[in-house]
Amino acid sequence: MENLGALALLLAFCFAVYTILAALVGKWKDRAYLARSAERGVLVVWGLVTTASGLLIYLLFQNDFRLSFIAGHSNRDLTGVYKFAAWWGGQEGSLLFWLWILSTYTLVAVYRNRRKHRDMIGYVIAILMAVQLFFLIMVTIPASPFQVLAANGEITAVPDGRGLNPLLQYPAMVIHPPMLYLGYVGFAVPFAFAMAALITRQKGDAWIATTRVWTMLTWLFQTCGVILGGRWAYAVLGWSGYWAWDPVENASLLPWLTSTAFLHSVMMQEKKGMMKVWNMALIAGTFFLCIFGTFLTRSGIVSSVHAFSEGPIGKYFATFIAIGLAGTVYLILDRLDYLKSENQLESVVSRESSFLFNNLILLASCFSVLWGTMFPVISEAVTGEKISVGPPFFNKVNVPIGLFLLFLTGVGPLFAWRRTSVESLKRNFLWPGVISLALGAVLVAFQVWHFYALMSFMLCMFVALTILIEFYKGSRAIQAKGGGVLARCMVELTHRNTRRYGGYIIHMGIVFMFIGFTGQAFNSEAQEEMSVGDTLKLGHYSFRLADLQKRNSPNYASTAATIEVSRDGKFLQNMYPEQRFYHASQQPTSEVAIKPQLKEDVYVVFAGMSNDQQKPVIHAYLNPLVNWVWLGALVVIFGTVIALVPSKVKLAYARTQVVGTAKHEVPV
Amino acid sequence: MKKYWKFAAIIVVVLATLGWLAVAGIKETSTYYITLTELQQMQAKALERRLRVAGDVEPGSIVRNAGRVEFTLRQGDLKQKVVYTGREPLPDTFKDNANALADGRLGRDGVFEAKKIQAKCASKYEAKPGASPGGPQT
Repeated sequence: MENLGALALLLAFCFAVYTILAALVGKWKDRAYLARSAERGVLVVWGLVTTASGLLIYLLFQNDFRLSFIAGHSNRDLTGVYKFAAWWGGQEGSLLFWLWILSTYTLVAVYRNRRKHRDMIGYVIAILMAVQLFFLIMVTIPASPFQVLAANGEITAVPDGRGLNPLLQYPAMVIHPPMLYLGYVGFAVPFAFAMAALITRQKGDAWIATTRVWTMLTWLFQTCGVILGGRWAYAVLGWSGYWAWDPVENASLLPWLTSTAFLHSVMMQEKKGMMKVWNMALIAGTFFLCIFGTFLTRSGIVSSVHAFSEGPIGKYFATFIAIGLAGTVYLILDRLDYLKSENQLESVVSRESSFLFNNLILLASCFSVLWGTMFPVISEAVTGEKISVGPPFFNKVNVPIGLFLLFLTGVGPLFAWRRTSVESLKRNFLWPGVISLALGAVLVAFQVWHFYALMSFMLCMFVALTILIEFYKGSRAIQAKGGGVLARCMVELTHRNTRRYGGYIIHMGIVFMFIGFTGQAFNSEAQEEMSVGDTLKLGHYSFRLADLQKRNSPNYASTAATIEVSRDGKFLQNMYPEQRFYHASQQPTSEVAIKPQLKEDVYVVFAGMSNDQQKPVIHAYLNPLVNWVWLGALVVIFGTVIALVPSKVKLAYARTQVVGTAKHEVPV
Repeated sequence: MKKYWKFAAIIVVVLATLGWLAVAGIKETSTYYITLTELQQMQAKALERRLRVAGDVEPGSIVRNAGRVEFTLRQGDLKQKVVYTGREPLPDTFKDNANALADGRLGRDGVFEAKKIQAKCASKYEAKPGASPGGPQT
């Protein structure tokens, strides 16, 4: 069975090589049959990779512990869905998972666009297949998931596997990696289209229109992935935070920052024909950061608590990234004339300039995160001493960046193209400005002196108001023409221009998330060794340890505490934080108990036993406003979905509908 | 041409501010990764810097007192006494024989005072064939 899997991957490798050659030769020599054959090659490779993946899943469910991957990442008592999740629970399997998603994406992208983009599909196939080829090499040579355990020249099996890391046995963790991978891998497609457009010197910005839905969906997956990661850290890791600037977290954030910049700056190209080089660089940067992120979490070059184990695969990745980057830079430099800007910046207070600063600041953030993450490697290369920088570095740089971005979120969409008149500034920003200043005064009156927190709340108010006013004004205009109830008009308004109003909804979600981030400035906590009957006080809350119970299940043994939580002396509810000990991995974990509220989360951790093993150590946290982060994320998702719905009214100024080939339909 | 000066000026101001913040951030939080061997050779310099030391937790050496955890880190024959005074609860993976990273400063009494501990459970990580499980990659 495992031989069949390995064989499928090997065959896929051969077909991938053939497909690349067929696609390129078919293009160069203009042979239709070769081009057609390359398209079929895409299907064959997908079939083979799917077969290999299916076999691995089958073997996982068969508990075939002769395979070193399965022995290392599963065990007999693991429940069904987690057994499936073990596919991406370790190095080899997750690389196969990456490959399978890429292969599926390639198939969809090629078969949806092969007629419409006859002239560049050959290059799209060649580029996507080259990336697949790289991952096929990875799962065949250095990281084969079908490697068997051997001793004394014979295949052996272990009686039971070591189990999936218990920290990963959590529902959000089953969705988080696929989401992140769907996001990471998805950028290969717009990248391939961008490069193909560059190679063939396509007229217009057809590749942007073609890949718009693709880019947005991928961005949505990435956003969900990053946030689910944070949600998992919050609910599972038990340190009451969701973001620690850990290298692995940073790796997921980096391409998100550049893709967010890309989503914005691409509008400059669509509407004004500007920033073309920049967009090419951004889409390429995003793609390579995705590969780099995959590499960073596996190579062991930076230490991280939840990185995969290190292995020889680092060199492969480094080579691939180096070749890819060199090729991309060469292509862009060689075709600079084709990427010439059609317009110029005119005023600092204009839509163009707000896009420019939005990009500058997102890139600065990306650079600072990259710099901080790689600092140990850089410093060792330069000074010989390995120096790391901690979360305060990231916060110091990124908090002001975040606030500036929030500010741009409010003003940018309301600035006019080219230049904005003083009159319109006054009309749009006078009341939001006044009201947010008033909010600031009220907060100061309530003793809120934290500078960044104050700024953040005021900006949140400002941005939220500008967005609400936009919706209100637009809906009123429709109502004035006999549109009926205001709420109906608002739906109508959104439907007329989903990109614009979906974008506003996304911005509103971002505002909610900032409210949540700001809450961190007011976190509080307390910790105590407690006997049954003891009470721990924190703010308005008190926590009484009412009971301790030991339980046993096949997968783990646990000690659960019953804690009576009351607020100002009034009983609220019982909470049950737990300590678990997983048999298979011999690893203890804490199960956190959370009482979510819009105002503040009550977060209780059974941190462990005191040294004499008699008293449980209970750690309680109050996390104000943290739920706004998750709420904001839901709003962002909703807004993105709205923006993906085609607009009812085609807007006259949408440049892409005049130039390029996108006028027929919006393809995926 | 004049409007480009405005853009350039704003960009320079923004980047300079961020650069300044970054430099300050790096200065504040720089932590030097060292091995136990290096720590014991460093002498006076070790007292001034924030350090991150890796090693295995000596079995049976963990002593928990109210708000303090004492243990010994071991790397080969070298041993280093560590006292953890941080506020966060220790990670679940911190136990006998775990690979631990201690973040903090060396006290004048020769005891390493850690503010943060990261730990990897030794058994969880795939041992490379022919090699003993090393410390966390630093």
